[in-house]
Amino acid sequence: MSFAHVLVLAGGLSFEREVSLRSGRRVLDALKLAGLDAEQRDADTTLLPLLLATPPDAVLISLHGATGEDGALRGVLELAGVPYVGPDARAARRAWDKPTAKAILRDAGQPTPDWITLPQETFSELGASALMTQIVEEMGLPLMVKPAQGGSGLGAHVVRTAAELPAAMVGCFAYGGTALIERFVTGIDVAVTVLDLGEGPVALPAVEIVPADGVYDYQARYTAGVTTWHAPARLSPEVSERVAALAVEAHKALGLRDLSRVDLIVDAGGDVHFLEANVSPGLTETSLVPMAIEAAGLDVGKVLGDLVQLAIARKN
Amino acid sequence: MTGTTLDDYTDRYAQRVRGMTASEIRALFAVASRPEVVSLAGGSPFVSALPLDAVGEMLGELIAKQGASALQYCVGQGDPALREIICQIMALEGIDAQCGASPDDVVVTTGAQQALDLVARVFLDPGDVVLAEGPSYVGALGVFQAAQADVVHVPMDEDGLIPEALEQAIADMAKAGRRVKFLYTVPTYHNPGGVTLPESRRERIIEICAEAGLLILEDNPYGLLGFDAEPLPALRSRVREGIIYLGTFSKTFAAGVRVGWILAPHAVRDKLVMASEAQILCPSMLAQSAVTAYFTTMPWREQLKKFQGVYAERRDAVLTALDDFMPTGATWTRPAGGFYVWLTLPDGLDSKAMVPRAIANRVAYVPGNGFFADGTGRQHLRLSYCFPPPERIREGVRRLAGTIEEEQALRATFGVSS
Repeated sequence: MSFAHVLVLAGGLSFEREVSLRSGRRVLDALKLAGLDAEQRDADTTLLPLLLATPPDAVLISLHGATGEDGALRGVLELAGVPYVGPDARAARRAWDKPTAKAILRDAGQPTPDWITLPQETFSELGASALMTQIVEEMGLPLMVKPAQGGSGLGAHVVRTAAELPAAMVGCFAYGGTALIERFVTGIDVAVTVLDLGEGPVALPAVEIVPADGVYDYQARYTAGVTTWHAPARLSPEVSERVAALAVEAHKALGLRDLSRVDLIVDAGGDVHFLEANVSPGLTETSLVPMAIEAAGLDVGKVLGDLVQLAIARKN
Repeated sequence: MTGTTLDDYTDRYAQRVRGMTASEIRALFAVASRPEVVSLAGGSPFVSALPLDAVGEMLGELIAKQGASALQYCVGQGDPALREIICQIMALEGIDAQCGASPDDVVVTTGAQQALDLVARVFLDPGDVVLAEGPSYVGALGVFQAAQADVVHVPMDEDGLIPEALEQAIADMAKAGRRVKFLYTVPTYHNPGGVTLPESRRERIIEICAEAGLLILEDNPYGLLGFDAEPLPALRSRVREGIIYLGTFSKTFAAGVRVGWILAPHAVRDKLVMASEAQILCPSMLAQSAVTAYFTTMPWREQLKKFQGVYAERRDAVLTALDDFMPTGATWTRPAGGFYVWLTLPDGLDSKAMVPRAIANRVAYVPGNGFFADGTGRQHLRLSYCFPPPERIREGVRRLAGTIEEEQALRATFGVSS
């Protein structure tokens, strides 16, 4: 038999280019170890001609941030008739925009912290001072301020006093034009990988995240030794069940496919809240999905290889 | 079960590396390598201006005729033939036999960066003080910090290091009971400042340091890349003792060969050689042979003029674009040579916080805080004009100006200044 030729896309022009390149390299190695014929390349002006001239059997998207996660590249792959791993363009777009994903979960009756979505223009049009005062009065403190789109903790700030809010807004808008301001829930951060190998989505063991200084920012995510991860998370069986159920529910409600990572928080009372979903989760050496796959007793390369075969089968 | 930090060695690292973490700013610069982004960040010399075919032939001939020696180890101090050439090059800036320069006192290094590291190893103990211009070359700051020395910055103006400020810093350190080991300075076409120390100040700086018994570490990577005048005599050309001089072929030939040097007093030279042997055994003989071949068989003087012309045109492009596009309140230096312009942002702006917006607008620069050991300097940034062609430089400055205006509007909305 001939091996499937898989194109791993990594790099891109987003703020998460470096993370993407590291994810792509790891994916490439895992696929090769699993016996697949894989190659890695950037998503640039040479990509589309290549897809049309010598289409691979499947594409695995390791691009993080815009293009890779907002559905744009998936739409292009659909235009080119090339199958790919992960959700389709429309579902990716739903998950990519955090306020949209939260609204879908809220409408489905699932818990997610209260939020407001505000573009930069609204603050300049209505007056930032009055608007920020109203936000703090109505939503209380602490708050989480983050760009409505994008990942890796870039531009995200925990706001504990009203005086911290203006600087947090400025820091957030450096990374994007729209801010998600969310009631901050104190609790245990967990990330749940949802995997569907053709028999319906299942939650892999949740990974618990304990950053050294309490904030899971860029440094805490990508510096080995700074954050402690527990896989599986140190949760009671009942809470673990609720965590898994909400993750699978989010995966379904957003119409996701194959593999996703759902970020949740467990509050002091054991209630679980949806924060966001990732359709192209990181696969670096400090990323959460590989930890979950290994905690489930699975092999990263084998899982990715199986997902590639599923993608190819979808086309056929 | 216990968790994992994915690093089993955290309790074994040396104290000096414990602060090393992933940096989102460094990660953002990964995007700068894409052609869509105009990078005014990196200081890569424009080596494409070299006659690459001829250099290729030269290298082929080198291996064919001298391969047995070029591919071998050499002495730790560096190849004697190259040390002769180094003295010829230094003579262009007044460092000659008259002031005691001799091939015997030259130590060849793997770029001037290793030279910095050797000087730090030979002179610095943890807690020592190094005086350096503020801002200062980021690569030197990294070396001094790794040696666990404290860098104390001395202010500059448009004429470089301010002598009175240097006197004050020396007095302050003496009063505080701190031991200052040397002054690190880039007097000519400063990186990142883009300024040059005039003749009068050169004399004064040497006097001040001599009076204080302070060694000077003169770093001179750009001295031969002046655009508007003959090279100024180096500090080292004026005195025989008290100065350790660093040079490099990265800008006069090719950064990729990684060949630099130190000219040091005899006693210091011996320690530097021993330190270098412990570190790298010997500098690359292949790289040294390539440099020797270049400076003995190629028209390097004409090539140097060509480099000067290329960089002068780019300097003109960046200054014209800054004049045309920058908003009120921004100021910048006007370099007479070298690779860099130092830009001061309008009040209230923060160059580090502005990086993501700049990257989103497809332009990259280096935020000013990287050039200060104490993390200040965020109102400044460094622009490199050495690598992109003039039209790209102009486009990059246009994008930067737009970025600054957007940032001003955002901060005005929220009433936030840095």
